[in-house]
Amino acid sequence: MAASSTSKEFINKHLGGKRRSDKLFRNIVIAAAAYTVLMVSLVVYSVAQGSTQIFSVEGFFGFLTGTDWNAVEGRESFGALPYIIGTLVSAAIAMAIGVPISLGIAIFISEMSPSRLAGPLSFIIELLAAVPSIIYGLWALFVFRFWIRDLIELPLYNAFHNTIPLFAKYPFGLDVFTTGIVLAIMIIPIVSSIFREVMRVVPNSQREAAYSLGATRWETVRVAIIPYARSGILGASILGLGRAVGETMLVTLIIGNVTGIAAIPTSLFSQSQTLASLIANEFNEASSDLHLSALIGLGAVLLLLTLVINIGAQILVKKTVKVPTGGGRE
Amino acid sequence: MTSPKPDYRNIIQEQMRRNLRKRILINKAISVYAIVCIAAAIIPLGSILIEVVKNGAGVISIDFLTEPQGSIGSGKGGIGPAIQGTLIVVGLASAIAAPVGVLAGIYLSEFAGDGIFAHGVRFLNDVLTGLPSIVIGIVGYVTIVLVLGSFSVVAGALALSIIMIPIVVRVTEETLKIVPHSLREGGYALGISKAKITLSIVLMTAKSGVLTGIVLGIARIAGETAPLIMTILGTSLFFSGLTGPVDALPLRIWRLASQPYESAHFFGWGAALILILIVLGLNLGLRLLARYKGIPIKAEV
Repeated sequence: MAASSTSKEFINKHLGGKRRSDKLFRNIVIAAAAYTVLMVSLVVYSVAQGSTQIFSVEGFFGFLTGTDWNAVEGRESFGALPYIIGTLVSAAIAMAIGVPISLGIAIFISEMSPSRLAGPLSFIIELLAAVPSIIYGLWALFVFRFWIRDLIELPLYNAFHNTIPLFAKYPFGLDVFTTGIVLAIMIIPIVSSIFREVMRVVPNSQREAAYSLGATRWETVRVAIIPYARSGILGASILGLGRAVGETMLVTLIIGNVTGIAAIPTSLFSQSQTLASLIANEFNEASSDLHLSALIGLGAVLLLLTLVINIGAQILVKKTVKVPTGGGRE
Repeated sequence: MTSPKPDYRNIIQEQMRRNLRKRILINKAISVYAIVCIAAAIIPLGSILIEVVKNGAGVISIDFLTEPQGSIGSGKGGIGPAIQGTLIVVGLASAIAAPVGVLAGIYLSEFAGDGIFAHGVRFLNDVLTGLPSIVIGIVGYVTIVLVLGSFSVVAGALALSIIMIPIVVRVTEETLKIVPHSLREGGYALGISKAKITLSIVLMTAKSGVLTGIVLGIARIAGETAPLIMTILGTSLFFSGLTGPVDALPLRIWRLASQPYESAHFFGWGAALILILIVLGLNLGLRLLARYKGIPIKAEV
């Protein structure tokens, strides 16, 4: 890689950026880059600005741990805890279903399927990623929830409602369980695509070594590929978690939209509410400035949650997927 | 009195045969599992497409595409304002996001060194990609709606542009990076300025990739709903000015689906059909083109 990188260095040092037009152009692109930084600060500023009122009334931790949601004038009281729990529970269900399926898809496309099939299959999965979430919501509300209710929820309820509290509530199809499954369907395309990306950078010598020892295909995946791609797989899963946590529209249509203490799910078939869905549901009907500020406060909690999740995921994915640069391999 | 030597050879072979049978069985089971997973991804896509076409095709007509919505529950009128609003808001958002995104992508690929600013831009860009769109809607609300005192097209366009910028930045950076360095060297050897080399040689070589990024970004924001609730509000009227509220397709679908009338639901499916035609059409065309031309498109986009 020596030759090309020294010529790059030489050019950057002696040729690029000496003329006036070059300086102008350089300043323009730097300004554009700075604009993206500005937008991030604007997001943080807006959320902080909008939520100051609620945090000064309820206190930051008071808001985080409160369970009331009362917008009636004179008796206003707002707490985010039920929706934090609702968000985490529905996202956890999505992960529990979505990650194993994504792993199966990635293993099939990158390690098992004939190459003739791999292209079209990954293409279809990419299309799934392009469907807007509102359309998933529409489909889930009018079609899919009846499948879930009749095929999974009712049999489970009939069999276990006396014995296992997880299935104790009579299911209508509009609950955290359905929400988790639809969220899983939504994150599968993106998670499985990154899984494939991560598996693609596992060197072929890993596979060849395993096969030459007589390993079956699955044993190769298990001993030679998954351990090598582990942190990338973990990172991609967390990235999917970030998506599931922030998803809004389809959740508003199928989670049942309850508020207050009732939004803490007591069984898989409980109705609930997530941070994002409550913001969307009540934003246009907010009755007072404090109510509005409480909704933006939920946004602040959601922002913090996704920031932690995404930054963690980025660090893990970067560890395995390094884009090889022009001259040599890393 | 030596006991007869056990036939180790046969015992071991038998053991291995049994072992191998088990291993092959596990391998088969995993293959079946992987195929089931593929089906689990494809069945929803198939069902969504079938339902949207089945339920939506019936209501599509010229009136449906151009008329404003009739009184609630009447089943009359159409989604004209929603189509118009989507075109306006998405158009404005792309007018901001495309140039900014491409220029920032040029910065990252051609100018950025190893400094803190470059790393910061890259990192914050990744952060921006992962932010929930409803949080980004708050930006439009606090900085524009509250200041203007009215839900407005501008606020919606700002919010959508924030969602689109990181997509364009990333695709631009990645496609510019695969332009061979020798092309730039050729330019320098001719004494051309860096600005000209970047714009006329590097960007032109990577043209189709950059355009792909822009159009994918457009397809993505055309389906966004959450930030629109807090910025453009949605209305049953046609566009009335940049500082007034406007309707949009995804927003209209959401409102129609929440109404308790059958006719509204069918209108919702009809609007979904139009939206899916726009979004999947853009995606399908571009991804096929990208594949054909060998442009890498990352899944996260």
